Amino acid sequence: MSAFFSWQRLRTIIRKESIQMRRDRITFAMMLGVPLMQLMLFGFAINNDPKDLPAALVVPVQDRYSRAMVTALELTGYYRFTHPAATAAEAEALIAAGEVSFVVTMPADFGRRFERGEHPQILIEADATDPAVASGAINTIGTVANEALLREARTEAASAENQATKVDVVIHRRYNPEGLTQYNIVPGLLGVILQMTMVMMTAMALTRETERGTMENLLSMPVTPIEIMLGKVLPFFVVGAVQVVVVLVAARVIFGVPFAGSIWLLLLGVFVFVMALVVLGYVFSTLARTQMQAMQLTFFYFLPSILLSGFMFPFSGMPTWARWIGETLPLTHFLRLIRGVMLKGADLAAIASPLLALAGFAIAFTLLALSRFRQTLD
Amino acid sequence: MTAEPAIAVTGLVKRFGERTVVDHVSMNVARGEIVGFLGPNGSGKTTTIRMMCGLLTPDEGEGRVLGHDILHDQRAIKREVGYMTQKFSFYEDLTIEENLQFVAGVFDLPRGAVASTLADLGLTSRKGQLAGSLSGGWKQRLALAACIMHRPKLLMLDEPTAGVDPKARREFWDEIHQRAAEGLTVLVSTHYMDEAERCHRINYISYGKLISQGTVAEVVRDAGLTTMVLEGPRIAEAQRMLRTMHGVEQVAPYGNSLHVIGRDGPAVRKAAHAAAEATHSKLLEAETSLEDVFIQLMGASQDNMQ
Repeated sequence: MSAFFSWQRLRTIIRKESIQMRRDRITFAMMLGVPLMQLMLFGFAINNDPKDLPAALVVPVQDRYSRAMVTALELTGYYRFTHPAATAAEAEALIAAGEVSFVVTMPADFGRRFERGEHPQILIEADATDPAVASGAINTIGTVANEALLREARTEAASAENQATKVDVVIHRRYNPEGLTQYNIVPGLLGVILQMTMVMMTAMALTRETERGTMENLLSMPVTPIEIMLGKVLPFFVVGAVQVVVVLVAARVIFGVPFAGSIWLLLLGVFVFVMALVVLGYVFSTLARTQMQAMQLTFFYFLPSILLSGFMFPFSGMPTWARWIGETLPLTHFLRLIRGVMLKGADLAAIASPLLALAGFAIAFTLLALSRFRQTLD
Repeated sequence: MTAEPAIAVTGLVKRFGERTVVDHVSMNVARGEIVGFLGPNGSGKTTTIRMMCGLLTPDEGEGRVLGHDILHDQRAIKREVGYMTQKFSFYEDLTIEENLQFVAGVFDLPRGAVASTLADLGLTSRKGQLAGSLSGGWKQRLALAACIMHRPKLLMLDEPTAGVDPKARREFWDEIHQRAAEGLTVLVSTHYMDEAERCHRINYISYGKLISQGTVAEVVRDAGLTTMVLEGPRIAEAQRMLRTMHGVEQVAPYGNSLHVIGRDGPAVRKAAHAAAEATHSKLLEAETSLEDVFIQLMGASQDNMQ
């Protein structure tokens, strides 16, 4: 039996941790239930292709072109004109108050200019505070508008054949120039869910022993810091594996997220990510003295990692200093990796950089945890 | 090597911030001895024990436990010492058997160690019970089982019988004596005088300083106290009188009798005589009890602190 590491002792600790994990019914149920619940909740709630969005129409002169336009837009399923005859000022107030998501403005001379073969403009103002709301609706509008007007013109004059694109659709994505795509969300959710359970649970690992007074006993026995650490974090790999399976199956079956790359490459990435997470949680548990403090530390870490990692807001849109903070978060690198593999079909070379970063985190956190671990009660 | 004492530490000092909790404590414990470690709450007993079993690093001092250096060979000490913490510190969400299996695994004990320990300590019938649901006596028995399972050469028990009923305490001490007869060295901290009297030798610590050590008889003799006992119906009156009299350091009622104690023998006798005459009480000279000695020692060291 080696002085500093023994499989026998490691197995013993793992066994003990697993029993304790199973006996703590509520926590155990949470570890398996939380990913499912969150996935369902966020997966369905965060819908970037919403239909039937309220819209206002600003048309000084009602004519058949404007009516055709309204009909065509409503037929796409995205728009519902709740305020079909608003003034510009009213529309401005409506969009500012969030009563409508779009304001469609057609100039007074729209019909006349269209008939003359000039290029009249339609202005679509979209409330892009939530960019997901706007993107689907906006993407379709150019074609829809042109087809609708051409159809309308054709019934009038057969010579309209040569009118190719007659209308310029001007789109203003207001309040937020960026857009997110749906497929960003579900793979990203895997990262967020893993992070939540893995970090929080392992952050409790040592503080629970300290709080219950069992630490003194554990330290009085011949166990080494590395055995305690591995013994405490390894059982969470099993929990993590279950979560990964649940989320990936759901992503494919329920949300139809495409899977372009190699599953093995993804699992490799997930493995390294989970390793970094459990050790990070363990670092928290060497810092905190009580479970409450461990919890607070975990949340202190969660918020920036959700906001600055590129999960919720585009990474490239952040200022440089914020990006630097983002770079220090494992989730940032994991998101690049999983989006790369799942959506773009990236190969090993393409994800080498985030993979190495995650491995770096795992090693750095391990060293930090071991150096922080107090082998005595001093 | 059997000549080497189980514990030989000198000048141990431990400070927590400004406070010196253990102040130059030296201690020798021979192999096979049962040594009592006594002192009031907060006197540094637990801290001293933790330093000796490798859980705390002393700020000053040095020493050997079972021949291993307490500063550098803490792992070797942990393997050969059984330490029973003051507060129950096994896993309440594991059963008795699972707790013992954990200990057995950590010490790499052969198969069968758990079963035989369970049988030895009469725990077999309860092995499936969660430790958290056990009563004080059973928890203590589990803790003892867990810390002697790896056959340590030295057992350190930190107030092992706090909150345990008299019958369980008796059984516990029988177990300890039996192990000591087989060669186990035991250091046990306690508040109970009857337990102190069950030890071969005692060490008394107060405010971090070791102030008396030896056999019970030696400690009592070294204290140099004279004890007079008054008996009669008016001892309450006698007690009031004696409190203010010269040479009287303790006046303690025990049922119908009153103990009058002090270091100055002639003065104590004189005072006791006067009080006995005034209240028509019966007077006799008695052996000083260990408890009286400890109360005296506590009072003395408190004076030193002020």
